[in-house]
Formats: sequence, structure tokens, C-alpha cells
Amino acid sequence: MCPCAFLRYNTRMQPTDDLLLELHEVSAGYGARHVLADLNLALRRGETLVVAGSNGSGKSTLLRLLCGLQRPTAGDIIYHIGRRRLSPAEARDIVGWVAPDLQLYRELTALENLQFFAEVRGLRRSPAELEALLEQVGLGGRGADLLAAYSSGMGQRLRYAYALLHQPPVLLLDEPTVTLDERGAGVVERIVHAQRERGILVIATNDPRELRFGDYILRLETRG
Amino acid sequence: MKTNQTSSPHSDSTTNRENTSLQPQASSLARAAWAVFRKDLRAELRTRYALNAVALFAVTTVVALSLGLGPLTKSGDLPLIHAALLWVAILFAAFTGLARAFVQEEETRTAAALRLSAPPIAVYLGKLLFNLTLLLFLDLLTTVLFVVLLRVEIGNLGLFAALLLAGSLGLVAATTLIAAIIARASVKGALFAVLSFPLLAPLLIVAIKGSALALEGAGWGQGRAPLQVLLAYTVALFVASLFLFGSVWEA
Repeated sequence: MCPCAFLRYNTRMQPTDDLLLELHEVSAGYGARHVLADLNLALRRGETLVVAGSNGSGKSTLLRLLCGLQRPTAGDIIYHIGRRRLSPAEARDIVGWVAPDLQLYRELTALENLQFFAEVRGLRRSPAELEALLEQVGLGGRGADLLAAYSSGMGQRLRYAYALLHQPPVLLLDEPTVTLDERGAGVVERIVHAQRERGILVIATNDPRELRFGDYILRLETRG
Repeated sequence: MKTNQTSSPHSDSTTNRENTSLQPQASSLARAAWAVFRKDLRAELRTRYALNAVALFAVTTVVALSLGLGPLTKSGDLPLIHAALLWVAILFAAFTGLARAFVQEEETRTAAALRLSAPPIAVYLGKLLFNLTLLLFLDLLTTVLFVVLLRVEIGNLGLFAALLLAGSLGLVAATTLIAAIIARASVKGALFAVLSFPLLAPLLIVAIKGSALALEGAGWGQGRAPLQVLLAYTVALFVASLFLFGSVWEA
């Protein structure tokens, strides 16, 4: 059984949902160490899940599974979009991921980074649109700076710009306010509220203040 | 939200792959590959990690050969010796730089962002193009140094250039995939050489013999066979890499 507990249940499900994220008997681990076991859940458009738990309990692993950077050792993860059913690796166009593990190119400027990721995603974004995105995350006027010159907080803001570049219906946030100042935390709050209207949001956090974002809270426990 | 269900209405893991809108089109693949190439080139021109490494290796190798051997006296084996020295210098200089494209992505932890955003084939093609550019720069530098410092005479320049290009294409086709394989290993440099050498040995033998013919001044008729072998090798490695790269990149 999954070493987890759902502490709150406050559904805002919409009857016309066409987006569903489903985990069925999902397990994951690293070598002999099992981090997640037999996890079942389903999230619909408009729902937010906050994943809490101590270090090593599998929060980040769960998010890496959801965005397809890691494969489960057992079980299925399926994104249902209308009548289509996609694995995480196939659903990368609809998923955005922000995490401390996510690094962008330090040799490029913020605008060059965003332009590059837009191009490889097959998106056409004008410099003005990219500037507006940077403005949205509080980096207005800093687009021409190399990432090597960014502070850790500015780097975290740029991760949001990267994740929102393709306006994903599914947003995965791992430690969303880490290294951010108060204004940065405000930016995250606005993004969270916008995403709750637009799609599915999954937040992995250790910060008790961020539990309020969730319609559901999944508390994971460290497995011995 | 449903949780901890014992059964699911969608428990079949088969996913719908018929959706063409999520499959990258050829034109968008080409654009994405070009974007990967331009990104790597821009980053390289700003940091010059690989450029400095291959240039330094090429210069020191040829200078050492020049000081150690001096201009060699003419003999029947001279073109073969020159060709062998040239390809060995190119090969080992390439080992120092060609793995960089993938190793850098893993070491700076940018690979995750790239995996999530770019189609694997576009990543492979972009990196291949970048490695080819780097290798052509290395070819040019090494050849000029050979001509100037070792006083190598090239009998058939056109054939020599064609063989150099065909050999470089084969070298890049083989090493780009291997670079992706070793990028996450702990002993990257040694592993790159160990995995590459058996794969590159046939290419190296043909390239050396073909280049020796070109240095001797043989005609295109004599050079056609090694050229065909090198191009066939390149096509085989390129096609195999296209099939294998997705599994290597996503592993």
C-alpha cells in the first residue's frame, strides 16, 4: 500500500472536464530503494494537488514521473485529453515543470533561452511576447542578461517563464517558492491562481504555507 | 479527484498514438534541430571549451610530430605515414571535443529541460551538426599545420578534401551517439575512447588508405572505392543512430 494519506478533500470538479490525469498502481524507486508504491489518483481540470512530506519521501520523484523524466517501476500514468490517452513522455507538450533540478543555459541570456525553448517546441514567439512573459515573472528589462549573472531567485523566476512558455494545461511545481523573495512568492501565487482556472496543478512542497493552494493534500511518508 | 481505486476505467496502458498533432512534423523537426545547433554554436563561441580543447590538442600534436620527425625524406611509404599521422591526430583531438555536446548538458543539468522541450531526433541532428562543424574546423586546422610544419604535399587536393569530409561524416555519425551514451557515466573520457575505437577502427583504416592515395596524387577512379566505403559507413551509422538515439536519450 502507498505510505500516504489524504488530509483534505475539497473538490472543485467541473462536469465538462476534458482533461484527466490518472495514476494507477504507480510505484517508483532507485535501485533497491522503493520511494513510491501502489499510488492511485486522478486529477481533473481545475483541481490542485499539493504533495507534502519529509525529505526523501518521493515528492520530487512523483513530479518527475508526471512529466516523463523518470519511468515508474510499476503501474501506469495516463493523461486523458478528450478521447486521447497519452503517456507522460507523449504529453510533454501539455506539461510544464518547475523544480530546483531544472537548469537553463547559463551561457545564454534569458531571452535567448526562452527563444530557444520556443523554437524546439515548434512555437513562434516574438521578442515582445517573450518580454511580456519575463515581465509576468518579474524579470522585465533583464532579458538581455546572461543567466550566469542571475541570482538564484532570478533563476527561479526564469524557470517559471520556461514552464509557462507553451501555456501548459498541466503545471508541476517542485518547491515553488524556494529562493524567492516576497515579491517572487507573489508572482508564484498569481501563477497558481491562473493555473487553477486553466488546468491541473501539482505542487510538491515542505512549506506549510503552500498547503493552502491545494484542493487535496497528499502526504507522503519516507519509506525505511 | 479519485484516489486509491482498486480498478480504473482506463487501466489499459495502451495510449492513443494516432494523434498526429502531437507528432513532430518534418519541417518543425528541422527547425528544432537547427535551433539546437545554433544554441550549441552560440554557447561554444562564448565559452570556447571544445574549440580550445581540440585546437590545443591539434597544435601540440602536430608541433610535437614536427619537432620529433622533421620533414621526412621521400619514400614509397611516406604518403601512408603522413595519412596515418594526420588521421590519428584528428581522431584523438576529436575525442577531446566531440563528447562535449552531451556531456555539458548532463554536467550543467540542462539535459532535463532539453528532454522535456525538444524531440529526441531534433536533439540528435542538432548535436550531430554541431559536432560536424567542430570536426571540420579541426580538419582544416590539422591539415594546414601538417602542410606547413611537416611539409606534406597533397597530390590530389579535391580527392583529399572529399575523403577528409567523408571520413569526418563517419566519425561524427559514430561518436555523436556514443557521446550521448557516455554522458551520464562517471568515467566519461575513458569510456568514450573505449566505446568509440572498435566502431571507428574500420573507418580509420579506410580513411588512412584513401587519404594516402590522395596524397600520392591518385585519380578519382582510384579514390572512388574508399569514398564509397566511407559514405556507406556514414549512412549505416547515421540510420542506426536515428533508430537508437531516442532510447539512449530517454533512458
